[in-house]
Amino acid sequence: MKHQLTPHQWMILGLVALCAPLGDTCLSRGMTHLAPISLAHPATLIGAVFTPWIATGIALLIGFFASYLTALSWADLTFVLPATAFGNVIVALLSKFWLHEPVSLERWAGIVLITVGVGFVAHGPALTERPPQAIAGLPSPMEEERVS
Amino acid sequence: MTIPLPAGSVNPWAAVGMIAAIVLASTTGEVLTAAAMKSIGDLDEIRARAGMRGAIRAVITCPLFFAGVGFLALAFFSLLFALNHLDLSLVAPAAASLTLVTNAVAGKLFLHENVDRRRWTAAALVCVGVYLLAH
Repeated sequence: MKHQLTPHQWMILGLVALCAPLGDTCLSRGMTHLAPISLAHPATLIGAVFTPWIATGIALLIGFFASYLTALSWADLTFVLPATAFGNVIVALLSKFWLHEPVSLERWAGIVLITVGVGFVAHGPALTERPPQAIAGLPSPMEEERVS
Repeated sequence: MTIPLPAGSVNPWAAVGMIAAIVLASTTGEVLTAAAMKSIGDLDEIRARAGMRGAIRAVITCPLFFAGVGFLALAFFSLLFALNHLDLSLVAPAAASLTLVTNAVAGKLFLHENVDRRRWTAAALVCVGVYLLAH
């Protein structure tokens, strides 16, 4: 059976793609406004979590994680991860058409490559076929029989 | 190891170390989390059957999930540390594209996923694409 996704599942993948880069951008903005942090004082990293930009970034990344876990429950890791990279394309397109930032030829080439790559994966099955017992290192019924 | 470095003047080996730490922790976390979610089953179906509480209970009672989250938390703090010393335009694409490749290898080795030619091609295209987006 070839696993194809429902519109609801595509929407979950869309949330995965959108929340991650937006969250990373918020984290970057927050962290660059802080003084350099040394490994000798790791506790200052904990304090950074409560600043507004970092907190917003974390909220977005929690949304990403919830959608990501849901996606991983019905699709392979190697299917979900390229889909998440599509978020980079969304951010580049937003910066071009919303923020009117210049997008170089290399970046357009990157957008095309990611889109083609995601298209490649999206046309294939979302999940590797296997018996449920074979997941997470559990022995399959045949292996259990052999052991007993 | 102490790296009291302002952004822009980071030793290249320290930068490689910071990015490698993110990639290793992230790959381990993602593989463990993916294995946990596969062992739990389709969350949409669980939510339809047992509600949101049932879905949350199914996730938080899986020990493999917490092992994965532990490594993802380690990757997160490695990312925060790296962002404090390096530019986002370097850290995010480098970590993202390298993680794609290491995850494809780990997915095949540890999760026994069917990483066929289509998925290798996609991983390579996305990897180069993410690199180009950063330049």
